[in-house]
Amino acid sequence: MPKVGLFIPCYVDQFYPQVGLATLRVLRQLGVDVDFPVEQTCCGQPMANSGCGEQTRPLAEKFLKIFGKYEHVVAPSGSCVSMVRNHYAQWLEGRQDFDHLRTNTFELCEYLVDIARVVKVAGDFPRKVGLHMSCHGLRELRLGRSSELMVTPFNKVRFLLAQLRGIEIVNLIRPDECCGFGGTFAVNEEAVSCLMGRDRLADHEKARAEIIAGFDTSCLMHLDGLIRRLNKPLRVMHVAEILERARLA
Amino acid sequence: MMGHAAKALPFVSDEERAHWHDQALWFVRLKRDRQAESIPEWEALRESASAIKAHTLSRLADYLEEFERNARANGIQVHWARDGTEHNTIVHRILAGRGITRLVKSKSMLTEECHLNPYLEAQGIEVTDTDLGERIVQLRREPPSHIVLPAIHLKKQDIGELFHKELGTAQGASDPSYLTEAARGHLRQKFMAAQAGLTGVNFAIAETGGFVVCTNEGNADMGTSLPPLHIASMGVEKVIPRTKDLAIFLRLLARSATGQPVTTYTTHFHGPLRGGELHVVIVDNGRSAILHNETFRRSLACIRCGACMNTCPVFRRSGGYSYGYTVPGPIGSLLAPLRNPSHFGSLPFASSLCGSCSDVCPVKIDLHHELYAFRQELVRQKIVPLYKRLAMAGLSWVLMTTWAYCLASRLMRWFVPRLPRALVYGPWNPWGRQRELPQMPRESFRDLIKKEPT
Amino acid sequence: MSSRDAILAALRRNAPSAMPLPEAPAAVAFADPESQFAEAFTSVGGKVIRVASLGNVNTELGNIESYAQARSIASLIPGIGRANVDLAALTDPHQLEGTDVAIIAGEFGVAENGAVWVPGSALGLHRAIFVVAQHLFLTVPASEIVHTMHQAYDRIRFEHLGFGVFISGPSKTADIEQSLVVGAHGARSCTLFLVG
Repeated sequence: MPKVGLFIPCYVDQFYPQVGLATLRVLRQLGVDVDFPVEQTCCGQPMANSGCGEQTRPLAEKFLKIFGKYEHVVAPSGSCVSMVRNHYAQWLEGRQDFDHLRTNTFELCEYLVDIARVVKVAGDFPRKVGLHMSCHGLRELRLGRSSELMVTPFNKVRFLLAQLRGIEIVNLIRPDECCGFGGTFAVNEEAVSCLMGRDRLADHEKARAEIIAGFDTSCLMHLDGLIRRLNKPLRVMHVAEILERARLA
Repeated sequence: MMGHAAKALPFVSDEERAHWHDQALWFVRLKRDRQAESIPEWEALRESASAIKAHTLSRLADYLEEFERNARANGIQVHWARDGTEHNTIVHRILAGRGITRLVKSKSMLTEECHLNPYLEAQGIEVTDTDLGERIVQLRREPPSHIVLPAIHLKKQDIGELFHKELGTAQGASDPSYLTEAARGHLRQKFMAAQAGLTGVNFAIAETGGFVVCTNEGNADMGTSLPPLHIASMGVEKVIPRTKDLAIFLRLLARSATGQPVTTYTTHFHGPLRGGELHVVIVDNGRSAILHNETFRRSLACIRCGACMNTCPVFRRSGGYSYGYTVPGPIGSLLAPLRNPSHFGSLPFASSLCGSCSDVCPVKIDLHHELYAFRQELVRQKIVPLYKRLAMAGLSWVLMTTWAYCLASRLMRWFVPRLPRALVYGPWNPWGRQRELPQMPRESFRDLIKKEPT
Repeated sequence: MSSRDAILAALRRNAPSAMPLPEAPAAVAFADPESQFAEAFTSVGGKVIRVASLGNVNTELGNIESYAQARSIASLIPGIGRANVDLAALTDPHQLEGTDVAIIAGEFGVAENGAVWVPGSALGLHRAIFVVAQHLFLTVPASEIVHTMHQAYDRIRFEHLGFGVFISGPSKTADIEQSLVVGAHGARSCTLFLVG
């Protein structure tokens, strides 16, 4: 298989290194030749999200320099990948290698389903799982059908998890309402952000989920922060951490 | 002006009330979903509507001239207003010229934008808003909190108290049927006594020189069939090319707005009442300037359905007043700062950029992308406070400089767990107000990968 | 420069590059448009009564409470309803106040949303009749049900029309805590006779 550049977002590197390891292991288990270029730091979203376009530019250029040479780039994050695919053109349009980068940077789940063509996921996961379909992954990368859109339903993340033996993916009342992280929104609009997050937790609790599974650790970080402060009987896990224990083919 | 976050705080802190408001609007969103599901070609309709609007905006002047020509041939008098003040002057001139002192109005966000009511009232003209929700907020002397559901922020008890005071209904009575019946009687008197009716325009048709007004209550119809004078106010962007285009918009409008297949009344005005007059006032008020802006001109496609508000998780929990503008929610968070960036600079940040609004918008305005783009505009105009811009510059440098990033993050992971809790979770830590910080692991991913077998 | 000229000049100056006008998308066609129409009209709070011919309407009217108890009845359909309001003699639409019942002929119905097209010509001298009356009765030929709004606009001729309205059920509002109340400012009830 072609060489994959592994992009580990800054907050995964620092706060959830296990998610990075799980991502690496899942790819390696499939026989993917994975490289982790150590010069990487961040895709630039915090700056872009705050409107500081000019401060984002050098980070976009750095990303292109580091990752432009890989066949594919894979990251355990929908929002970072969306940054590269949907927003980098502002600074990198016309640059050599950018077109290739833009069309070959993938979030982990979509890479597994669309590129690695995983069809079998064998393993045990006897847990009640609530799926958190993070907004960027859902509405920017279209990892699944958003509830607003009247198209044939599909969900790449659910597809990967559903085959696990014993897993029960619970039905939420609002399957894709935003958790309230939103980057700097989490801090600028702290009160609304936290009410949104608490409401998500209540939905999962009502559905008797044990684990909230997601593909974007930023959302999970926000939900986990609330879970631990409120002492909720819930746990967050990244999809990579669940798939790490399985055998993919 | 106090930003959105500060204005939202009292609303969102009353968790029970915020949840009640949130549920009420979520229910409208669900009704919209059900209607949209029933139309197999729903997404194709949205695509068509978006394309019609894009086409129309590229030839707006031509279509407005065609509309004016055909409207005049229908006996409709057409006026043009550069801004809100001119609009108000024109409306007043038409009314005063005929000695009119009692006007009934159906819903028009444009007239809210122009602040028509206070202007006319200062000139001694009684203005009665006749949409029930609008009448309620008018009696309370407050603005509407939603463009389609003006009184959504009020409970029936609030309205019961209001009607007891203003209309003499029984004290403590809050049954919606009882209150609506009282309003029916009260407003019927106003309709009967009115000397002129003013409406908005949902769609103006260039091909035929007429326009369409959609209501459920029949207030636009009552207000324009009894008095001999009808004035209709429209923004320049309300014109559409042909009647066959109307089909597409009318199939989308009520379904998106309230989850109904169509409003009770879809009224097509193509001329005055016999012996009466029909005037249309076409208003620019900054729209031509927005048209110039490549990034934000798509916001002119808006048909004022309110679907973006109903789906917005932030709007539902913070309420319309937290936006401080005539039109709130996602579309308002573009329209307001387009009008006055420094005054409304917090609005593009009052969004988690979830994108739900863009997916429900019947004319496919890329709302959340425009909100994101506007943030850059605000930084460029230095409206975002200096300390935030400096902090981002600092962060950018650290992230650019890999060794600095590694060092700073290692220090953070070492120090933070060792600090006393009171120091970490002080008022300087907004994240920590209601959440725990993420746990700081001893080793980062880049530390751990070194130990990983290849 | 007049405001008109200034506005048009600004709109021309700022116009984005030309975009084409799209074709309308293919629309749903119902297997049974008549039933779909009746269902849609009922779901918005209206009542549908099927009659074999226009002549049967008078009999049916007699069974309806709001009509039987009406003191003031206006009819725009000759021979239908025991009208006692002489619409032609009224000089002022305000004189319509107090009308309990209005009987009006609709031209066609739209299956997808239960809308009935009522052209100005069907409303007589004072079009306010359709909104001032307390109870509205409409007739629509069962053979004149179109599937969608696309077909509706294909058949309406706006030249010399002056006025026309799609009516879909009785007036209503949900402005008080989202509770649906039927009968806002217009008709409190809307009964439709599907004829033929």
